[in-house]
Amino acid sequence: MYQYSDFDRQFVQQRAAQFRDQLDRFHAGTLGGEEFKPLRLQNGWYIQRFAPMLRVAVPYGEINTAQLRVLARLARDFDHKEAHDTSKANAALADVPSLPDRCAHFTTRQNVQFNWIPLHRAADAMDLLASVNLHGIQTSGNCIRNITTDALAGIAVDEVADPRPFAEIMRQWSTLHPEFAFLPRKFKVAITGAREDRAATPWHDVGLRLLRNVDGDLGFQVRVGGGMGRTPIIGSVIREFLPWHQILNYLEAVVRAYNRFGRRDNKYKARIKILVKAEGQSFTDQVEAEYRDIVEKDGAPHTITQAELDRVSAFFVQPDLRCDRKSADAKIANILKAAAEDDIEFSRWLVRNVKPHQNPDLRAVTLSFKRLGSAPGDATAEQLERAADLVDRFSSGEARVTHEQNLLLPWVSCDQLPELWREARRLGLAKPNIGLLSDMIACPGGDFCDLANARSLPIAQALLARYQDLDELHDLGEIDLHISGCINSCGHHHSGHIGILGVDKDGQEWYQVTLGGSDGTRLSGEAAPGKVIGPSFAADEMVDVIEALIDTFRAQRQPAETFVNTVKRVGIEPFKTAANAVRVATARTPVAA
Amino acid sequence: MKPTIQLFKADSFSADEAGTLTLPNDTDPREAALNGIHTVQLQFPSFADGRAFSQAFLLRRRLGFTGEIRAIGDVLIDQLAQMQRSGFTQAVLRADQSIEHAQKLLAQYDAFYQGDAVDVKPHFATA
Repeated sequence: MYQYSDFDRQFVQQRAAQFRDQLDRFHAGTLGGEEFKPLRLQNGWYIQRFAPMLRVAVPYGEINTAQLRVLARLARDFDHKEAHDTSKANAALADVPSLPDRCAHFTTRQNVQFNWIPLHRAADAMDLLASVNLHGIQTSGNCIRNITTDALAGIAVDEVADPRPFAEIMRQWSTLHPEFAFLPRKFKVAITGAREDRAATPWHDVGLRLLRNVDGDLGFQVRVGGGMGRTPIIGSVIREFLPWHQILNYLEAVVRAYNRFGRRDNKYKARIKILVKAEGQSFTDQVEAEYRDIVEKDGAPHTITQAELDRVSAFFVQPDLRCDRKSADAKIANILKAAAEDDIEFSRWLVRNVKPHQNPDLRAVTLSFKRLGSAPGDATAEQLERAADLVDRFSSGEARVTHEQNLLLPWVSCDQLPELWREARRLGLAKPNIGLLSDMIACPGGDFCDLANARSLPIAQALLARYQDLDELHDLGEIDLHISGCINSCGHHHSGHIGILGVDKDGQEWYQVTLGGSDGTRLSGEAAPGKVIGPSFAADEMVDVIEALIDTFRAQRQPAETFVNTVKRVGIEPFKTAANAVRVATARTPVAA
Repeated sequence: MKPTIQLFKADSFSADEAGTLTLPNDTDPREAALNGIHTVQLQFPSFADGRAFSQAFLLRRRLGFTGEIRAIGDVLIDQLAQMQRSGFTQAVLRADQSIEHAQKLLAQYDAFYQGDAVDVKPHFATA
């Protein structure tokens, strides 16, 4: 992975010092709350229901074990529920005693969040993070956010080119960009280098796809204007092919057009997707004209040189790892034979949690953080440390935070799979459920978040409890279940095969259900938001509703058909009818579809 | 970064009217008549409205304007480094801001990653 130079390290330290000064002035009263807000947000500090929330940047999801251990320290030493006022007046809908602390949370944008760090310890937290080159730069605020990519970047068998060197070069370009720190709204970029889009690029403000043109030259397909929220929109392709060395010049043109013309009068219409939709072709023309000016009049100052690409790419060369495949086969066969009880789970784990690799001697292994008793994507301090040990022992000290809120080990020798499985299972991180119904995505929801209309975590827990039977889960096959506590869509409900959205009616929690959404993978089909199946449901109806949907799938399914394909084939009506049949309560005001 | 931006306070600053052009932040500086203009004032109706940064960039870099570019309005010390890098040469700070502290903040970073309106080349091209 990328190694920080003295310049990079010093930059992160200067950022921590800058934040300490801002925090000091805020506490001294010389920096007002309104003025401090965007500054703290651009360092990852939100104010939540009980406490601040810190979002730590994990650039394109790559993390080393020193960093994982510092996150564990942060969880253990800073993330304390008892440091905050959790009295009833604050609690709203939250069930305070059940809320976890001393833990970290993996997010859909490959970052890591903490929910209980007191603001007065914020500067110390940033110093600790800076000691391992971590920070919260631009993890929030109206600026260019952390750039995300495929968790299998650089190792995927279907890869055209490794997106990580470009993601790193874009990270540097976007970091503290002087012109783009006060955009109309947040700005998210995702990049994929594979044929399969595992980074949900059409759902981003800018979605980049590496490809080769007919001449074999490498470049990007550029999509602009995707996004979730109140108005889910799939990004439009505004450039079919842009030579790779021009990407920063082109991004500069896109973001400049957005900064100048994006709406600032209405927060809900301020994302670039609204501008792209309103302007249509004239937006593309504006970007192309600006790009030409940057190249011709400004002298293309951000052109990536071959030397720079080579320099950065050198950090991403695959470690030279080999394994004795013959002995691996023997070992795996032994394990399968040895424990009749284990073998089903191990073979399932090999199918679900282990992915092929560019190096035929290696595998990519996902540790599942979707298990009963924990919020999806939550890791305790202890678990982070043990996971770091596994990453050191089995994956050359490097891991990836995945969009699906798990941790992926990219460099596992195939002959070590049995040992890794045993160790991971001991930690409760070997559930063979990757891609299945229980591998659900969920935001922190109303338990923590001030914006949420309803809680996500109790719904996730109830569904996890209902769907524990691995035979059943494997039989159902791949289902993307996504839960958001409000229309901001942090839980990506729009792109779930089953989407659950928390809504607030009369101060009570209700949930709207959508079907057939897609993140743009081949499994899910072309990226699209799901369709609402009618008025929202009460919290205590939700398990029955999901069960009704799953039963309908079973009844309608053709052999080996996936859930989303059944929905597409038969339409939402039979699902809607089944869900309505288990409805006992109804919200007083109907929810607009 | 070497602090070069000239700082003033709003309560003790008076602009020289002649040769000074004030542009609303939704205008394109390329359409402005800059003949005989030695100072262009760009507005921050709120410190969080970043349009004037793009205007300054276009003026300084695209048009090669060599006069003063002055930030006025809700101008705070925490945005000064950004302003200097975008091409502003003067800033009229809101009356409650501290010029002394501003000087400290301007020197917080040694250098930055990306090219800007003043230091055109990105860090990787200068190293």
